[in-house]
Amino acid sequence: MNTILARLNALFAFSLSVTAAVAFACFLTTNFLDYTQKVDIDVNKVVIKNMEEFYVGDRHDLGHIIFTLKANFTPVFNWNCKELFLYLMAEYETPQNKLNQVVLWDHIINRGENPVVNIRKRSNKYYFFDDGAFLRGNKLQISLHWNIIPNAGYLWRVPGGGSIALDLPESYGTSRI
Amino acid sequence: MDIFSDLRRLNKRQVYFQVLNFAMIISSALMIWKGLMVTTGSESPIVVVLSGSMEPAFYRGDLLFLTNYRADPVRAGEIVVFKIEGREIPIVHRVIKLHEKADGKVKFLTKGDNNEVDDRGLYKPGQLWVERDHVVGRARGFVPYVGIVTILMNDYPKLKYAVLGLLGLFVLIHRE
Repeated sequence: MNTILARLNALFAFSLSVTAAVAFACFLTTNFLDYTQKVDIDVNKVVIKNMEEFYVGDRHDLGHIIFTLKANFTPVFNWNCKELFLYLMAEYETPQNKLNQVVLWDHIINRGENPVVNIRKRSNKYYFFDDGAFLRGNKLQISLHWNIIPNAGYLWRVPGGGSIALDLPESYGTSRI
Repeated sequence: MDIFSDLRRLNKRQVYFQVLNFAMIISSALMIWKGLMVTTGSESPIVVVLSGSMEPAFYRGDLLFLTNYRADPVRAGEIVVFKIEGREIPIVHRVIKLHEKADGKVKFLTKGDNNEVDDRGLYKPGQLWVERDHVVGRARGFVPYVGIVTILMNDYPKLKYAVLGLLGLFVLIHRE
């Protein structure tokens, strides 16, 4: 330890090991916590249309859903949760596909921002095209999930409580959306 | 400069010892990497995030740990790393739409969190969905910043050669 180089080397190696230890501690202390939260989902309006899907070229069923969402994520944020990625997912079955999962809406909450979600009468953010024309009369399971993005550690995907079942209308709608 | 005095004292046996030492280090690193590939089922178990399309979750230079277990089905909301045919660079995006048939065949649509539109514009012309075979792995763990070294070495190839050359020289010459 009698040259600048040797001292710099030792300092660098030590800070590297300390940073690794802190990252590991972040992971260990928060990995096994319960991140589930109660969620309130309500659907205000559903309309199904049939139109040509962009890029694809075929005529597919297009669903339009207006929903209300209430949840409080304050206990989910901790020193290791830097972002919460919320996504509202609709799950259903058709004769063509056994499982269909479509993300209708997503939202990012960073640590420090308002953790209370109070969305009223919001339209789905992404086009809800079916892979076919099987939405009429079908049944959707709508649930909110969230992805925990840590400072360092496992990327948990948590299914939220409070999923609801939604019966889709039997015929195409004509109301303006 | 005591590295030169070390050099003068080296004889044949010590040179062989140093070379074997070097080979041991290289082969253990290779064994660890291949072992990781087997236990995670992914051909590339650790990837560096290369673009800003997943901000603010992942920034350029972050490290992702992937698994690719066949028995674990892909579900919407997961972050998948996939390759487009004809392109070397894997893309790290989120699954926003998924259709699975009764026989297990699955196709899905992806989108980067920071992008306005889905990835159909990124896929090969004529390709509408990503399939299971395109997936390199699914992101399970995350460590920030560590991959910056890889990005720097890719952007400045002279730096890569300089670092590797210096490291090689150091290991071969230094006695310990």
